[in-house]
Amino acid sequence: MILTLHDYWSDRGCLILQPYDMEMGAGTFHTATTLRALGPDTWNAAFVQPCRRPTDGRYGENPNRLQHYYQYQVILKPSPADLQDLYLGSLTAIGIDPLLHDIRFVEDDWESPTLGAWGLGWEVWCDGMEVTQFTYFQQMGGFDMKPVAGELTYGLERLAMYIQNKDSVYDLAFNDAGVTYGDVFLENERQMSKWNFEVADTDTLFDLFRKAAAECENCLAPKDGSEPLPIPAYEQAIKASHTFNLLQARGVISVAERQAYIGRVRDLAKGACGAYMAKNGWAEPVQALTTRNAAGQMEKVA
Amino acid sequence: MSDFLLELRSEEIPARMQDKAREDLARLFAAELDKAGLKAAAIVTFATPRRLALIARDLPLETQAVSEEVKGPRASAPPQALEGFLRKTGLAREDLVERDGVLFAVTNKPGRATAEVLAEAIPAIVRAFPWPKSMRWGAASRSTESPRWVRPLHGIVALLGEDIVALEVAGVTAGAMTLGHRFHHPGPITIGSAADYEEKLRACHVIVDHDQRRAIIRDRATALAAEAGLTLVEDEGLVAENAGLTEWPVPLLGRFDPDFLAVPPEVIQLTARVNQKYFVCRDAAGKLANAFVCTANIEASDGGAKIVEGNRKVLAARLSDARFFYDTDLKVPLGEQSAKLAKIVFHEKLGTVADKVDRVAKLARWLVEQGIVAGADADQAERAARLAKADLVTGMVGEFPELQGLMGGYYAAAQGEEPAVSDAIRDHYKPVGQGDDVPTAPVTLAVSLADKLDTLASFFAIGELPTGSKDPFALRRAALGVILLIERSGVRLPLSAAFDVAVGEVAQAFGHRLAMQFGGDLLAAFQKAAGETGVTRDMLQALLIDRRLHAHEENPAVAAFLDTSGRAGPALLGFFADRLKVQQREAGVRHDLIDAVFALGGEDDLVRLLARVRALQAFVGTEDGANLLAGYKRAANILKKEGVEGPASTTPPSYAPEPAEAALHAALDQAEPAAAAAVAREDFEGAMAALASLRAPIDAFFDAVTVNDADPAKRDSRLALLARVRAAVRSVADFGRIEG
Repeated sequence: MILTLHDYWSDRGCLILQPYDMEMGAGTFHTATTLRALGPDTWNAAFVQPCRRPTDGRYGENPNRLQHYYQYQVILKPSPADLQDLYLGSLTAIGIDPLLHDIRFVEDDWESPTLGAWGLGWEVWCDGMEVTQFTYFQQMGGFDMKPVAGELTYGLERLAMYIQNKDSVYDLAFNDAGVTYGDVFLENERQMSKWNFEVADTDTLFDLFRKAAAECENCLAPKDGSEPLPIPAYEQAIKASHTFNLLQARGVISVAERQAYIGRVRDLAKGACGAYMAKNGWAEPVQALTTRNAAGQMEKVA
Repeated sequence: MSDFLLELRSEEIPARMQDKAREDLARLFAAELDKAGLKAAAIVTFATPRRLALIARDLPLETQAVSEEVKGPRASAPPQALEGFLRKTGLAREDLVERDGVLFAVTNKPGRATAEVLAEAIPAIVRAFPWPKSMRWGAASRSTESPRWVRPLHGIVALLGEDIVALEVAGVTAGAMTLGHRFHHPGPITIGSAADYEEKLRACHVIVDHDQRRAIIRDRATALAAEAGLTLVEDEGLVAENAGLTEWPVPLLGRFDPDFLAVPPEVIQLTARVNQKYFVCRDAAGKLANAFVCTANIEASDGGAKIVEGNRKVLAARLSDARFFYDTDLKVPLGEQSAKLAKIVFHEKLGTVADKVDRVAKLARWLVEQGIVAGADADQAERAARLAKADLVTGMVGEFPELQGLMGGYYAAAQGEEPAVSDAIRDHYKPVGQGDDVPTAPVTLAVSLADKLDTLASFFAIGELPTGSKDPFALRRAALGVILLIERSGVRLPLSAAFDVAVGEVAQAFGHRLAMQFGGDLLAAFQKAAGETGVTRDMLQALLIDRRLHAHEENPAVAAFLDTSGRAGPALLGFFADRLKVQQREAGVRHDLIDAVFALGGEDDLVRLLARVRALQAFVGTEDGANLLAGYKRAANILKKEGVEGPASTTPPSYAPEPAEAALHAALDQAEPAAAAAVAREDFEGAMAALASLRAPIDAFFDAVTVNDADPAKRDSRLALLARVRAAVRSVADFGRIEG
């Protein structure tokens, strides 16, 4: 299925990229989406991205909810006029007959509070199951999209369940020799759910969060006074974001604190996007969130 | 005359926006026509997921020619004035017409072709369209000024009669071509005119008329359920939503694993409706059946078997998730969940949800122990209140916040709480508005009243009052809830006393948090005082001063709290009077009569107050009542003019009274005790009847007796008599507040 999608989108001018090697909640976090969606350049790419959503873990007991799964992501900038048709063509390519299955575009406006991003679009339903998130990005990192990019995010496991006609993700055939998805991932789900929800040391996580945030700021305003480094800064923002998700799963972030943490991650991501825009000359250098005082310590800009 | 057809075809329009979009399109189109002096015989609009359409019937093909005359300067005016006028009108001197020494610019606007008007109007409508959210798209979006629409706009059909109206907007050129159903007929269709629009699309699997699609869904879903021996749970919202998601709706019935019926039916119904937009069904016994009806957008080549199977799997996964939450939640005792509420901030000035729960528990117990809520067990009321908010931290309520209360009730029952307790947990949010069920079970009543009274007292104590349309903490709803609870159950709740207790609890909690801040000395004193009697607001103030911390002076938060909480009680009573007026208006109760009773002061028992108001309303509707009111007003006016206030004296006159005067004295001697006795036994009709006996003597008195007699003794005595009349009437209501 992945190979079919690679062929399909490669034929339509997409670069075929590899997954980003960091923990992230969605393919949207891949730099090929977040950062490349910024600015005026044409950019068409497709790739698989493993995603981790700690709070979605179900100890392997839910047939289609997992804390670790795979997304297939296509990003097309500017969004082509026939994007819906291109997308439907890809469904046909992987074996979903739209006269046999009920394909619907159901309103779902996408917003990522941690990326300072939003867009309008749909969740695409196949017989009532959400199989794809289809979004026209309007803003990323707080910047208006010029031009707008179209993003398709396929849920690979769910699509595979359709094509293989399986009730549970764990029954999916991983090959033709009888190895199932469950053989590969079930134990992983059990252990990771246990760790995400019950075991992960929260002091360590809080510490990791602080360190990632600090390092992000270091990349945006390096201690040696050199130029900001948006890509490493962005990686640290991703790290902070995932750590925050783990803290959420551990249930140690109160309702009141939650907004503050999200705001913190968003500031980091926006800072990285702003630095990226500035480095490419697409935006004025944004005012840093923090500066270094005379003693070389970070302090918040008033 | 011709019909005009407009179709704006885009990518899928959110279902919830389609009704409003049709209204907006009709309104904006009519306004554009009106600007050009055109009017259609009728405007109809249609919406599907992919198109917003309008047909305007019988449009004239040309607008009326109009001649406009603009008055200019006098012919004798200085040249600057003339120049200015010529510049403004863009005319030359010789174009102007002179009449009576004044120059006029006359412009003849010939009639315009309607097609031309439309070619300007449609782009203007598209640009001004008030979508709740709109977007930019495609290569044009390199500029932020690029066109906006709800989703990318792809095609425009604009036909006046059979002719294409040449126009372009958002990079789309209008024509006669549209597309049929996305899958059944993806190719182009050419529309001839408004007359064949619906028909041609129907032939291509598109039912343009939303009402027809709704009818199909409603009828077919009902029939499917009936064929399966079940009854569809009707849901017009779902009908409309599914009609907004389909161009060719095909309802299909499926079944799910009956094992899932172990999950509470409300959860199944909610997840089916909210997450999947499915209808649910009941069996012959009225219980939720293991069946659902989904609405597909195609006539599937296999008759829908695969679609039903796919939807069944999705629902199974959803229900499996719900069961996961349910089973997980069931394992944790509610008391243990409740402890987690200490981590959730209720309001920064009011502490955590656990603090609120503590106040509500005490208040619920008070309501029972005071005998206000009869027939309840105080321990049960407190227990229910202490567990009532625990479900807020359960997985199920986290997923479906609208199930709060209900889930707590299920968990409490499953964990062996007494039925009165679990019912109270389930229903304590009720009523959430006019028309909602009003609980009457005593324990539920105590918890529900306590919860709402605490919410009201808390926010009033910190000065967070609703203003205008802003009521972020839903205090109006809380007050309405209290009113409905009291009205239904007839509980005799002295509101002022209840507010004192509730505000006292808030003060105590506030003081406790403060004492913790200041530490040892104050905390010990505070706990001692609180342990003995409970700390009222006044004690709190005294305590703070006593400890010579002068905290109330130094700490603005303390000063603000003492100030706002001091005013909370009277403010709440006024707030209730207002809510009562709004609530009773629907029942036809006059607001001035409610005022008339509230104005007596000291009447804060809503049951008695409403009985009074009802009796009063019946009374002032009678001839006796209207006349007594007139007599009262006449007496009150005289007294006001003469500056007579205060209580009436019943001293008999020192002179020989005139017969009408004596009769009024006698009538009052009878009516006063009769009315007082009736009021004491809350027989307000009786009290009114007693007052009614005054009507004739008062009328006769005013006819025959001069109040303003030259003899000061007579004058004073008669004024005193009128004051007696006023006081007698006021024993029932302040008639001065009654209008008319």
